[in-house]
Amino acid sequence: MTRDAQRRLLSLAVTSFCGLSVVIALVPLAMILFFVLSQGLGSLNLDFFTHMPLPVGEAGGGMANAIAGSLIVTGLGALFAIPVGLLAGIYAAEFAGSRLASAVRFAADTLNGVPSIVIGVFVYGLVVLPIKQFTAVAGGVALGIMMVPIIARTTEELLLLVPGGLREGALALGATRGRAIFTVVLPAAFPGIVTGIMLALARIAGETAPLLFTAFNNRFWSTRLDQPIATLTVQVYTYAISPYEDWHRQAWAGALVLVSLVLSCSVLARVATRRLERMQVGR
Amino acid sequence: MSRKSFAVLATAVAMATSVVAQQNVHINGAGATFPYPIYSKWFAEYAKLHENAQINYQSIGSGGGIRQVTAQTVFFGATDGPMTPEQLLAAPGKILHFPTVLGAVVPVYNVEGVSELKFTGPVLADIFLGKITKWNDPAIAKLNPGVNLPVADITVAHRSDGSGTTYIFVDYLAKLSSEWKEKVGIATSVNWPVGVGGKGNEGVAGLVKQTPGAIGYVELIYALQNKISYGTVQNSAGEFVRASVESVTACAAAAVKSMPKDFRVSITNAPGTGVYPISSFTWLLVYENPKDKVQAKVFVDFMKWALTDGQKFAPELGYAPLPAEIVKLEMAAISQIKL
Amino acid sequence: MAGTRARVRIGGDLGFRLLTGGFAVLVIVIVIGIGFELWRQSQLSIQKFGFGFWATKTWDPVSGDFGALPFIWGTLYSSILALLISTPVALGIAIFLSELAPNWLKQPLGFLTELLAAIPSIVYGLWGIFVLVPWVRTLQLHMPALLKATPFFSGPPLGVGMLSAALILAVMVIPFSSSVAREVLKAVPVAQREAAYALGATQWEAIRAALFYARTGIIGAVMLGFGRALGETMAVTMLIGNNPQISWSLNAPQYTMAAVLANEFTEASDELYLHALIEIGLVLFIITLFVNVLSRLLIWSMARSMSPKARRVVAAPASEAA
Repeated sequence: MTRDAQRRLLSLAVTSFCGLSVVIALVPLAMILFFVLSQGLGSLNLDFFTHMPLPVGEAGGGMANAIAGSLIVTGLGALFAIPVGLLAGIYAAEFAGSRLASAVRFAADTLNGVPSIVIGVFVYGLVVLPIKQFTAVAGGVALGIMMVPIIARTTEELLLLVPGGLREGALALGATRGRAIFTVVLPAAFPGIVTGIMLALARIAGETAPLLFTAFNNRFWSTRLDQPIATLTVQVYTYAISPYEDWHRQAWAGALVLVSLVLSCSVLARVATRRLERMQVGR
Repeated sequence: MSRKSFAVLATAVAMATSVVAQQNVHINGAGATFPYPIYSKWFAEYAKLHENAQINYQSIGSGGGIRQVTAQTVFFGATDGPMTPEQLLAAPGKILHFPTVLGAVVPVYNVEGVSELKFTGPVLADIFLGKITKWNDPAIAKLNPGVNLPVADITVAHRSDGSGTTYIFVDYLAKLSSEWKEKVGIATSVNWPVGVGGKGNEGVAGLVKQTPGAIGYVELIYALQNKISYGTVQNSAGEFVRASVESVTACAAAAVKSMPKDFRVSITNAPGTGVYPISSFTWLLVYENPKDKVQAKVFVDFMKWALTDGQKFAPELGYAPLPAEIVKLEMAAISQIKL
Repeated sequence: MAGTRARVRIGGDLGFRLLTGGFAVLVIVIVIGIGFELWRQSQLSIQKFGFGFWATKTWDPVSGDFGALPFIWGTLYSSILALLISTPVALGIAIFLSELAPNWLKQPLGFLTELLAAIPSIVYGLWGIFVLVPWVRTLQLHMPALLKATPFFSGPPLGVGMLSAALILAVMVIPFSSSVAREVLKAVPVAQREAAYALGATQWEAIRAALFYARTGIIGAVMLGFGRALGETMAVTMLIGNNPQISWSLNAPQYTMAAVLANEFTEASDELYLHALIEIGLVLFIITLFVNVLSRLLIWSMARSMSPKARRVVAAPASEAA
């Protein structure tokens, strides 16, 4: 075979593999989604979204408080993590040569590998024990800490890939460093950063362990930030490990709602990003 | 952001209704997973009678319950295994134990063509020690004449997470096998000589159901709900007893005579007939002198209800109610709590 | 380096530097805080076992004898396996979605792969138990005797074990590595690829050029996935068999640090036991640090091969090059 034909064959092989990879990834996804849907769809009804959990054997129980609670705690986490992650990532990218930047990168990667239960225990000692009270805020802090490294690293990697010309152009026009970054460079990297934030949200959306020792859980409706709060993940976990068929079905319904929430959040973010992209001139 | 505005709206609604909510007494408790279903039933039933009592219990494990009640982040704790003297000393105040219901641990298995098997404590210990490795071992065959035991390997399934269920099971094994007591010991988590670990009762049940030739141990209710075969166990009177509400309650009744004042006792292998030997109490943990008197009043009233009217909810959920003599002892002990 | 410093001196917006630097410091403080707490709350165990903790094989809560070795093995084995399986697939997806797919397919497919990240850990575990484990068990039962003789496939066909755990970890890690890798590849300037094509490259060769350009970002993506694998608890503990043994066999049930910590933490009630568990957390923390150091060195050695003009600690913006 000629060298040319060899190269072309190799190219074909690799590109086929890439297509195959997508299929490989989608097969378990389809199977799992089908699994969750088939188990959970039957238990989704209006009661599920409007009622509180009921003891086993009583029909009509729901996870309304857990859904609200998850939204609140995740929102708190995002509130904490997005600014911290973004700004830390910006520093690591813009002052990439400095020692602090290397340290941040290192710290973020390490934080990413810390098991969620360790973070839960850490926040327990920091926020819960001093006031002897489980709170929604503590849960938010724990989830936020888990989100930070993903947001920071993605932000950093993407900012670094923005062409230097863009940055330098803004600076040449007399913008301060901050202005240049926030008005020119960051928007250029925006879609990727949104991906990072979505990944971080997806990461924490399914977490139970960090919430057990911080937000605790709550059988009752509560949206107070200084009290234990119900969350979908803890409620699903509690039901899943029980022996009752009815609770198992509710657990699956809860899992389905959880996945749908993260999904819709992701969709919204994508749509919003594309709108922003189209609004920017020249894209 | 839609999420944020939802949170704001929800908080606003909550604040508006909080005026009414302020008259409620909100009590937090944490502890064992085993009694979670009956406790949640009790709190709901009690709330029907006393609307302002909001008792929130979460299952984070017996150890977690002990730790949180010691740290006073919750009002009460719940545990499947009584606190040790060291743990009691570590608490800032005296903590009282109150048994609430009874549970049983059963040996579950997945052996083709076999539905009912008889076991004794020593045989179970040897299986879990890894000394008996095949189903058609003479020791098992001797107990089960006429049963067609396959020539198959035994796969042992145990708990990977620490648990009161494990505690009850190994407590029983230790009483009947000195080798187990020496080699492995008694705790919520032990160094299992053989086998695979499943997470939670569900995990072990799942492993056993899915693995031909497997044997494990789970709380009775899990065997019933998952429809797995479970065996009979020989009690100290020599009978092979199947776990049931009656046989488990009998185990507690048999232990009444030797019940210590603080109710911290193991009742496995209790003497008597009709007794299922692998049974145990589950306890509520309350301070003798609680700081919050308002919560204390409500909770004491709840406990009195649970020990009397509440017991009727136990059997349908797979728990055995307390024998009458023990309830009497407890009602007297409750007066120790300083309101 | 000189360019960076000059830029700071000239364009320096002190407020900007302080603001972002402040949050950077916060991240570092959090990590140091966690490390410190881990160290502080495992003192009893550190004092009793010293460095022997890392090399001891026993884990006996009853006799108070603890050692981390089986868990270290299990964590590294499962995570590295997961990485070996997931990285080619993740890169393949990233390449497909950024280079090869027709435009109308990119968004929906990308979205679907990200969906893998949205599935809660416990759902992965449950699916694993009901679907993956029986499948793996069938695979093990029908394995040719030749393979069974190797140390990699010895042992009874239980289904649960290292293989199931590594497979589920790989699936869980794919969306993280592939999403970040895809964003990184998308950000490679078109000029790079066009230059390659202009030189007569095949599709794969042009992609290779893009990969090379974005290589530090790709390593970052892979590291993100690796970190995820190291710390994953729920799905792993449901599929790995939870037996603290050290074995090369993919069939053997084993144990990871995150799993044992999560499993036994809520029930551990005596002080030494608790401290030993936290020390496992500390060991995991240190290992993660170590893995990061290795990857930093890898990136640094890659950056060294760049031209001095483009040399920065990480990937260079190349408006001048190409």
